[in-house]
Amino acid sequence: MTTVLSASDLTKRFGSFTAVDGISFNVGKGECFGFLGPNGAGKTTTMRMITNHLPVTEGSLSVLGMQVMANARKVKARIGVVPQENNLDTDLKVLDNLLIYSRYHGIPMKEARKRALQLLEFFQLADHVKSPITQLSGGMQRRLLIARALINEPELLILDEPTTGLDPQARHVIWQKLRQLQSQGVTLILTTHYMDEAQQLCDRLVIMDHGRILIEGSPRDLITKHAGNEVVEIRLRDDEDRESCLDAIGGMIPEGTEVECSADTLYLYSPDATKVLTGLALDSNRTILHRRATLEDVFLRLTGRDLRE
Amino acid sequence: MSEPASTGRPMLIRKGERLLGNLSLRAFTVWYRDIKVWTKFYKASILGNLGEPLLYLLAMGWGLGRMVGTVNGIPYIEFLAPGLICSAAMYAATFECTFGSFTRMTRQSTFDAILATPVSLEDIVAGEILWGGTKGFLSGTAMLLVMSLFGLVNSFWAVLALGLAFLIGLLFASLSMIVTARAPSYDFFSYYFTLVIAPMFLFSGIFFPVTNLPGWAQTFSWFLPLTHGVDISRALFTGNVDWSIFADLLWLTVFSVLFFTVAVREIRKRIIL
Repeated sequence: MTTVLSASDLTKRFGSFTAVDGISFNVGKGECFGFLGPNGAGKTTTMRMITNHLPVTEGSLSVLGMQVMANARKVKARIGVVPQENNLDTDLKVLDNLLIYSRYHGIPMKEARKRALQLLEFFQLADHVKSPITQLSGGMQRRLLIARALINEPELLILDEPTTGLDPQARHVIWQKLRQLQSQGVTLILTTHYMDEAQQLCDRLVIMDHGRILIEGSPRDLITKHAGNEVVEIRLRDDEDRESCLDAIGGMIPEGTEVECSADTLYLYSPDATKVLTGLALDSNRTILHRRATLEDVFLRLTGRDLRE
Repeated sequence: MSEPASTGRPMLIRKGERLLGNLSLRAFTVWYRDIKVWTKFYKASILGNLGEPLLYLLAMGWGLGRMVGTVNGIPYIEFLAPGLICSAAMYAATFECTFGSFTRMTRQSTFDAILATPVSLEDIVAGEILWGGTKGFLSGTAMLLVMSLFGLVNSFWAVLALGLAFLIGLLFASLSMIVTARAPSYDFFSYYFTLVIAPMFLFSGIFFPVTNLPGWAQTFSWFLPLTHGVDISRALFTGNVDWSIFADLLWLTVFSVLFFTVAVREIRKRIIL
């Protein structure tokens, strides 16, 4: 597979603060590659180095075979950027947003108009060609941001939290459009807080924390490896802690099961939860939940359950 | 294809690259964007830029002019008019590249959006300053039209004042971009207007000949860009054009380039960490 993006020992420091701490990864052509991590993990900083907004402090970062910053114009001509903060041009209407952006890319006007109308159609915005930006809903603005990022027909699309703050309908439309783009051969790199989004879209992903990459792999492999296949959640009673709860349920936990305890819940991660359940002495009024393991389990196990603000 | 990895120091300007090495004609796409937006509000915008200098012209020219009579042998209102074209250009460019550019740089994140395209930071700053110059030109044009309606334009040389208004616009747009780069918030601009622009307006020879001032104040006045603009404009309006205006022109050009260079550096420091 052709490598579209390659980072090695990539580091970004702001003064004495290290936002990205020597990360290495490769993204192949046509892949959807995800960055997961709590707030402050370094995801956005990484994206902004890829998009040539921030200079690299140390290490190397090559996009489409070119080092960033030194080749900023050439790199930016071939990538599309969907920023976390909506930065549509509120002084301009919907179509003009795309047409003026085409000028920045040096696309001839006739071609620009054709592409803009096609993109508005594709993103179900064709009825809003003349609308002011402020009249669009959050979902529509986000779709327009993605449309704008595609105006130069990029080989690589960078999306920083593409669906944060959107309602489920709007998120599903965006996911479907992104899958469609990927099937047309566009390479996608995205950051997200949503595990379901990562599971839906990403072929491979990394989980970052404190500027470092903790793990890398396909969603399925990561789940199997770090959270087993299934999870049994047992809610603790008011007077219980981990040990007393384990005592109460009999403690007959099969080998290969991992036990974790948060403030009010005991988590049993296992390849086969049915076996776990049959071994336990569970009375009928205890709250338990038996479910498949998800990426969220992996995420919380790796980055902890403390709040990040 | 591999190139040397970047160095450890924060790169304001990379080695071997000149400060303005990233400047290109794409600056005009930024300029075009601003024009496009302006065409939606141009009536309010022209009225805003024209209103104040016009009021000064009428109030001072008619009211004060009656008491003053003539200055250097010309009626006071005709003495005043050429200077007010310059201040109109100054104010138009200054408002544009302080409040306008600051809004695009911060609240609207317009610069950030443009930086994701092949347009460079230098192009953005140049485009904004070109637009500031254009605003100066537009205000100058509106003023010149009104003045000719009042019969205050007696020399064909006065048409060149439009070019001068553009140059004054460029200079003050550049200076304003430096202030914008350093401004923590909109409030900061009131210092700039009070401490820099207002003295410029009052002591650059618009309302009275600079030679009326004490010697040290005349020296101070020489350092005000607008003084040189007013000198040129007055020469064009009276038709007394001689070689001395080239010295003023050179002054304005040199400082425009200087301020532009500093503006690029300061904006870079502000938005590329």
